[in-house]
Amino acid sequence: MKTVKVLVFHPELCEGDHACERACSKVQYFRSDEGGEKSALRITQGKDGRFECTVCNHCGLCIDLCPVLALKRLKSGVVTLSKGVCVGCQACVAFCPTGVMRKAPGHIVPFKCISCGKCVEACPKKALELVEMPIEDLEREVYARHGKVCP
Amino acid sequence: MKGPERTIDCDFKPKTLKTVSGFETGNTRHQWDYAKLKAAHKVLAEMKYEKRPVLHGYAGRTLYINLTANQIAEKPVTEEMKKIFTGGKGFDLKLLYDAIKPTTRWDSEENELVLAAGPLCGTTQYSGMGKCLAATISPLTNIPCDSNAGGYFAPYLKFAGFDAIEIQGKAKEDVAIIVDENEGVVRIETAPLEEVNSHLIAEQLTHLYAAEDTDAARQKVAIVSSGKGSEHSYWGCLNISFYDPRRKVARLKQHGRGGLGTVFRDKKLKALVARVETMHGLRNSPADPDKIAAVGTRHHIEMRDLDSHQCCMREVGTGNIVEVMDAYDLLPTENYRFGSSPKASNLHSKHFYKRFTQVIPDGCWYGCTMACAKVVDGFTVTTGPYKGMRFSVDGPEYENSGGCANMGIWDPDWVIEWNFYCDCYGIDTISLATGMAFYMEMYEYGILNKERCGGLELVWGNGEAVLEFLHRVAAGDKHEFIQVAAKGVRKTKDWLISKGWGDPGLIENCGMENKGLEFSEYVSKESLAQQGGYGLTNKGPQHDEAWLIFMDMVNKQIPTFADKAEALHYFPMWRTWFGLVGLCKLPWNDVTPMSNAQSKEPAKVPEHVQNYADIMSATLGTDITAQDLVDQSERVYNFQRSMNVWMGRGTRRDDWIPFRAKGPVTEMEYLSRQERYDKQLVEKGLATKEALAKMNAGQKRELLAAHRDDQYEKLTDSVYHRRGWTPNGIPTPQKMRALGFSSYKNLLEMLQKKMDEDERAGLNKWGGKYGKDESPPTAEPRYWEKW
Repeated sequence: MKTVKVLVFHPELCEGDHACERACSKVQYFRSDEGGEKSALRITQGKDGRFECTVCNHCGLCIDLCPVLALKRLKSGVVTLSKGVCVGCQACVAFCPTGVMRKAPGHIVPFKCISCGKCVEACPKKALELVEMPIEDLEREVYARHGKVCP
Repeated sequence: MKGPERTIDCDFKPKTLKTVSGFETGNTRHQWDYAKLKAAHKVLAEMKYEKRPVLHGYAGRTLYINLTANQIAEKPVTEEMKKIFTGGKGFDLKLLYDAIKPTTRWDSEENELVLAAGPLCGTTQYSGMGKCLAATISPLTNIPCDSNAGGYFAPYLKFAGFDAIEIQGKAKEDVAIIVDENEGVVRIETAPLEEVNSHLIAEQLTHLYAAEDTDAARQKVAIVSSGKGSEHSYWGCLNISFYDPRRKVARLKQHGRGGLGTVFRDKKLKALVARVETMHGLRNSPADPDKIAAVGTRHHIEMRDLDSHQCCMREVGTGNIVEVMDAYDLLPTENYRFGSSPKASNLHSKHFYKRFTQVIPDGCWYGCTMACAKVVDGFTVTTGPYKGMRFSVDGPEYENSGGCANMGIWDPDWVIEWNFYCDCYGIDTISLATGMAFYMEMYEYGILNKERCGGLELVWGNGEAVLEFLHRVAAGDKHEFIQVAAKGVRKTKDWLISKGWGDPGLIENCGMENKGLEFSEYVSKESLAQQGGYGLTNKGPQHDEAWLIFMDMVNKQIPTFADKAEALHYFPMWRTWFGLVGLCKLPWNDVTPMSNAQSKEPAKVPEHVQNYADIMSATLGTDITAQDLVDQSERVYNFQRSMNVWMGRGTRRDDWIPFRAKGPVTEMEYLSRQERYDKQLVEKGLATKEALAKMNAGQKRELLAAHRDDQYEKLTDSVYHRRGWTPNGIPTPQKMRALGFSSYKNLLEMLQKKMDEDERAGLNKWGGKYGKDESPPTAEPRYWEKW
């Protein structure tokens, strides 16, 4: 069974340091440590004070939406976007079922998590970890939600 | 509007191209000697040009080609040109007007074929922003005809450096025009060995001009082509390609209406090729890309969440309305005699859902998430020269299914076969269907028969005969019927009448054309506003100007003449705007926001109109309001009407529509909807129930016909008045000056002269018969002089 490394968040350990976001924006094409809008994963705090993390689970729906095949699943199972191929249409941004294909102000090419693990390393509280998950399960869930039978 | 029957069937696995090894269409693979094709090309003319980026939506110059003189030149796009004509269809008409004479006909040396992008064309962040606008003097109407198509040509032409290309003159041998951004060069080349038919030549030239042997390189090439059918017919269409990297097919979208392909082949054009060096999300160079992306993403999300509850465009394309039209008695059946059929369920969209490949981004321009360009992959063709081969067939769209309903063809596979050959041969499916439906009706009445039709048995539903007709047209068959019939309904009406076959009145009222162009596939009998939407148009009865049937007939939102006139002012102006800027109309109202029903004017989809104003502002870098967009259109709309007048048309007489568009022509038709018509006669006070009981169907039909004819004239009065035209339909010089045409002195003089002639001929008077409690739109006879 093919698997992919997906970020799993442990909210009970998080203290809202956002070191993960800053590490992420350094990996992304911005090469900056601003985090926030330039980070592929986003830590937010709910009304109940609990932290939440939104990040790509590599379900791959975006692959089927890209008109130029800029999105591909690598052998590792990770879904990546080729910056030079992308035509900036934002279809993947809008259709992403978890809202984690992101666009940063001033940049037309979106960006996403590549399961590189820099955020995991950066987290002082070990609130993030990369876990292998079966790709088939991820695909089935998302296609079913969109009214399609998994191809 | 109700959506189609649920297309998601739990037991049914959608047809998808995805396999372990990638994507597989099952199409026949062609082997061509590309080196040989290329070696046969001889460069007839070449122009190097300075490569420069688009700025805020405009390339800033247009391309002029003369095929007789082998001349290539560039022309600047002035600020004045942008201000008055905006772009797209506006530029088409401006360039055409500057190049032709009022006596120019479709095959005149000076006639031009103009293709243009608009300032928003090529935007990738909002759905439907890659339309090409083409115009020429039509062989069907002898006036300017514009037609739009998706595909990659117009955006690539602009990105390569030109907002429009105008092609004048005629080549001596088959040629291709290449606009190549890679080398910064425009060439006219001979193209002797390529195929003519679109499915083949599009594939050949895509491979020939791709910078390298990759799908990414092929996706940077766009081809315009036509087919053998357009060489022998006035229904020629243009096919615009867009290379699909999954299917590895140069797919096609059509400039269907008005015989543009006929002009294309008359100029001995085999193809236009546009090639870009790069493609990215900011090639249109908008002033504020983030704003456009934000608006576009919001709209994509509507598409994601709402389309499957509204029109299912993403799954079945425009064919979703077959069942809706059928349910409301609007699906043209047997030449518009009826609006529904028990057999119509065979063409409901669920049948096409099963045939279309799903789960694939089917936009005809990047980023269109409406994705209505559905495809039947690996379709095995069963007739004609490509019998036994398998192709990816783009469509069928609604008009194709509607057209087949009109011919009584109720088999989805025949719809696809016919759709394939029309596109391949470069023939407009709409005109052909409406034409064949008319010929079939004439066949039923014995006005045509097997002998007169060159052996074709044109009985309702005879798909084989329709395909044989197509093949014979493409092969240049010399039989008199084939020759005449392929030139359209108008020419065929004249031919039938000149032969003395049948009642001229019946022939005139059954053949569905206006200005020479065939009607598109909607029954307008019960919607007076839609009759105006077909007749009171610039190019002829194509629903791209106004589609008011639901507003008028179903939702009863525009009951009075003034209401209908307002709708026939606003909607044609609004819909014209898409053509000025290079957009598709569908993402405007084929998906609507959740809150739309609560808006002040749901039919206008105000939130989406505002989206367009925002995108226009963000592209040009100036503040533009929703009203400004309509004003832009009104200028071009009136300019086109003025061109019609200039060319001897564009008057009330030219806005005549056959009675079949207004009501029942035959007694049988009356009887088929007797209850409805009888009720109307009583409700409108035209007859009492007692009087009606004593009348036969023929008498009742005549009573209804006289009423409906007068209603149409009254509607015409109101619409002309609302648009600022004279009672004979002439845009007044006062109106044209107010729109900004003060410097067009010759045009203004021409209009004044025409109005004076009308005055002398007594034509400056209202056409409706107004009773005691009624009045024309104004009592002032020369009301425009007060402006």
